[in-house]
Amino acid sequence: MDFFSSADLITALPLVFLTGWACILLLVAAFAGKRPGLLPALSLAGLLATAYLLVSQMGLEAEAFGGMFVTDGFSTFINLVLALGGVLSIALSYDYLQRMGIAKPEYYVLMLFSLSGMMLMASAADLIVVFLALELLSIPLYVLAAIGRPDARSEEAGLKYFLLGAFASGFLVYGIALVYGATGTTLLSGVVAAAAAGLEYPIYLVLGAGLILVGLGFKVAAVPFHMWTPDVYDGSPTSVTAFMAVGAKAAGFAALLRIFVAAFPSISEQITPVLFAMCAATLIIGNLLAISQSNVKRMLAYSSISHAGFILMAVVAYGNDAVRFDVVSSALFYLLGFTFASFGSWAVVMAMEKSLGRGLDFKDYAGLFRRSPGLAIAMLVFMLSFAGVPPTLGFAGKFYLFRAVLEGGYVWLAIVGVVASLISAYYYLRLVVVMFMQDGEPEVHHEPMLKITAGLTAVATVLLFIFSEPLFAWASQALLRIF
Amino acid sequence: MEFLLQPLNVLTFSPVVGVLVLLFLGKRDGLSRWVALGTSLVTFGISLWVLGLFNANDPGLQLDFAYDWIQAASWNIKYAMAIDGLSILLVLLTTFLTPIAILSTWHAVEERVRDFMIFFLLLEVGMLGVFLAQDLFLFYIFWEFTLVPMYFLIGIWGGAQRMYAAIKFFLYTMAGSILMLLAILWLGINQGTFHLPELLALGNIPAQEQFWLFLAFAAAFAIKVPMWPLHSWLPDAHVQAPTAGSVILAGVLLKLGTYGFLRFNLQLFPQAAVELAPAMATLAVIGIVYGAIVSYSQKDVKKLVAYSSISHLGFVMLGLFALNAQGIEGAILQMVNHGISTGALFLIVGFIYERRHTRELSEFGGLWSIMPVYAVLTLIVSLSSMGLPGLNGFVGEFTILLGAWGAGQGGALGSIWFTVFAALGVILAAVYMLYMFQKMFLGPVTVKANEALKDLSWRELAIMIPLLVLIFWIGLYPKPFFALMHPAVEQLVTLFQTAAIP
Repeated sequence: MDFFSSADLITALPLVFLTGWACILLLVAAFAGKRPGLLPALSLAGLLATAYLLVSQMGLEAEAFGGMFVTDGFSTFINLVLALGGVLSIALSYDYLQRMGIAKPEYYVLMLFSLSGMMLMASAADLIVVFLALELLSIPLYVLAAIGRPDARSEEAGLKYFLLGAFASGFLVYGIALVYGATGTTLLSGVVAAAAAGLEYPIYLVLGAGLILVGLGFKVAAVPFHMWTPDVYDGSPTSVTAFMAVGAKAAGFAALLRIFVAAFPSISEQITPVLFAMCAATLIIGNLLAISQSNVKRMLAYSSISHAGFILMAVVAYGNDAVRFDVVSSALFYLLGFTFASFGSWAVVMAMEKSLGRGLDFKDYAGLFRRSPGLAIAMLVFMLSFAGVPPTLGFAGKFYLFRAVLEGGYVWLAIVGVVASLISAYYYLRLVVVMFMQDGEPEVHHEPMLKITAGLTAVATVLLFIFSEPLFAWASQALLRIF
Repeated sequence: MEFLLQPLNVLTFSPVVGVLVLLFLGKRDGLSRWVALGTSLVTFGISLWVLGLFNANDPGLQLDFAYDWIQAASWNIKYAMAIDGLSILLVLLTTFLTPIAILSTWHAVEERVRDFMIFFLLLEVGMLGVFLAQDLFLFYIFWEFTLVPMYFLIGIWGGAQRMYAAIKFFLYTMAGSILMLLAILWLGINQGTFHLPELLALGNIPAQEQFWLFLAFAAAFAIKVPMWPLHSWLPDAHVQAPTAGSVILAGVLLKLGTYGFLRFNLQLFPQAAVELAPAMATLAVIGIVYGAIVSYSQKDVKKLVAYSSISHLGFVMLGLFALNAQGIEGAILQMVNHGISTGALFLIVGFIYERRHTRELSEFGGLWSIMPVYAVLTLIVSLSSMGLPGLNGFVGEFTILLGAWGAGQGGALGSIWFTVFAALGVILAAVYMLYMFQKMFLGPVTVKANEALKDLSWRELAIMIPLLVLIFWIGLYPKPFFALMHPAVEQLVTLFQTAAIP
């Protein structure tokens, strides 16, 4: 009995390798004993190997496992971003976990498992696989959020994330069931074919798509499914927050884009208004709530909600065939810019964090420019990138996003986005004011990996903007397989 | 290599060399000042070299180059720069005012001198880039980039309310800019290019769209100018900014707005410009009168000068939207004049503030007898600012009024009342400037602390003399200045003649 062929395995090789590597490391972790550097080093090696395999797959477009799994430009792009995120997460974690006294070897293994789930999300071409991937990425994240145990806030974050995440999964599964009821299949290609052939009860397809949107909306922290975000981001150890903020968002959007662009273009008329409302609400509410924060970690949490809103701006136009490719590639491009600025800013936050959950207020950043100009300037670059001010990658990302929105004909959404950008500039600048213009004696931990990460991501944010041609080219060729 | 040796690239990025030197210099204050001054003087020299290469008889773009920048993803973005009669005077103004502003900080900035100089030189890069960019994407980058160093100059080295003023400055300007960004994107998508010469060559933007695009661009520029009623960031920014910041803010940054109108709104959307000229002129005239009246009621000298900028830039806007050669030439010259005169006024305010640490009019009086040189210089600059014949302000304002009069009789404005009210502004300018002068310099010495004030030092004189030379030069013999811009303006004006015919 042949369940799959070796060709299937080769198509899915990076993912298979990473999952296998994580399983091996799980065993290694049991015997790691008193060598704290062993697991991070091995995880890093595994991720670099995965990235190498991903690069070697560039340009490949293939299906595997009976059409349930797809490797295409889109999945390769997202997975490389995720691998980059994984590498940066590990770089950020090592010193930080030691300093906070919560270093545990299984931390890295959980991270790798979660990454496998994220990568599977980007390749999943079957709704059941999407569900599996979502669980594979979420369950290790629940544990990671609580890894600061016995810190009560970290435990609370883990529990909260778990409860709401489980709830969201329920919505997703119910949505999948409805889609199956309407079309008789969970394969994305099958859904398209069934919709083209005509459905007896199309309303179930719409409802199913709506519920799937709810489930994924939780993962990407879109309003009104964002309530968990600030508490979970705030309570989790910062290295986990950094990983979660980029990884879960990237994976959630990967699934959202693939499912909606590939499988649900036929019902875009019903779905687009919902997406529009969700997007506008996310942009406005995320930004307004961020203004009133006095804690940098919470401010960044709300700001990450608002960035989910920006990426959703691209998704709104998904039903328009003419701009479909711009929708996908502008979202990818934005995600890449967000990844750099996000990890960089979290690195600075970690350098400033005194002990778990302390030293995170705006006032703790006063005088940072005098004390540690490098970190302050790096943070300035990230804030400008978040706000979309040139010369940063964040600006190029917004430029591309707004193009997709305008091409799709949603001028009003673009204006909402513009207003949101302006509001966001206010609170990003507020941090800059504190760092550069107020006097204070901030406590800075000069850990090399944090400084290197902050420095490299800051330089990348500026240089990749100036030399953005190859990135634009890559993102625009990261095509999503259309059935 | 060819890329690096383009004269305009050399000009724009020469301050970066100074920035790099400063970065490696460490925190040596004295040396930092000299490096910054030297860099800005070299940049001024390079701009004179560019002036030498410039052919005043050619109405088109010169020293232009365009390299493909982002061509992927069906973008058509070029790294393109050029200079022409519309921009050359403003480029020279920028490179001329920067060393003067730096020299004025010798004693005014004592803290973190190196950082100050770095931001100042970066600001110069941004301003030059705005005047030279010929691609909308590139223009927008320089445009937004100027915000960042200015934000720090106000926020770190400013007065007591500096953080508030810095954020207000940034957000106000950004609010307009991102509307312009949407318009730029619209042009890029629908016309297939961001390269300005290509856009002008296509010249097929429908009238209906021109209207909205004009407004979106105008949002960005009108805030920057600032036009009434979008001016409220200006007094805060000026009053809080350090003297050198005010000089550059008034001297050059405000011109980015008027230049934007000239380069983009008038060139790209001539039909909308003709259609909206009376509306823009109305706002301009309100600005002239409003700025003058509010100036008169100020008790703080720096605020008085700040509000007078609103009035002066109203003249510039009126000249631009006269949409005839006289009006536009007067407007360009008045941009330069305002940069010189108001820059000089801010320096004058700075000199007295350094001595007395106050700017309240009531704190002064009778200074003529204590500081005669300072008083005479102030008198000349004040007279130039209010438009006395023989000094630079008169030439600009008179040409603008002539242009507006012409446009009022069968031209774009359609009514001579614009000119009448604007002329009223000239009288009001005399009122508030003379009022200020009288309060500060005439009468008996009323405050004891003023009795021991020292007159201007050699350094301060060295700052003022180049400005005075230009005040007289433009006032007595403006011909070379008009000659630089005339062919380009003539070419621009033909656009409106065709646009006016439906």
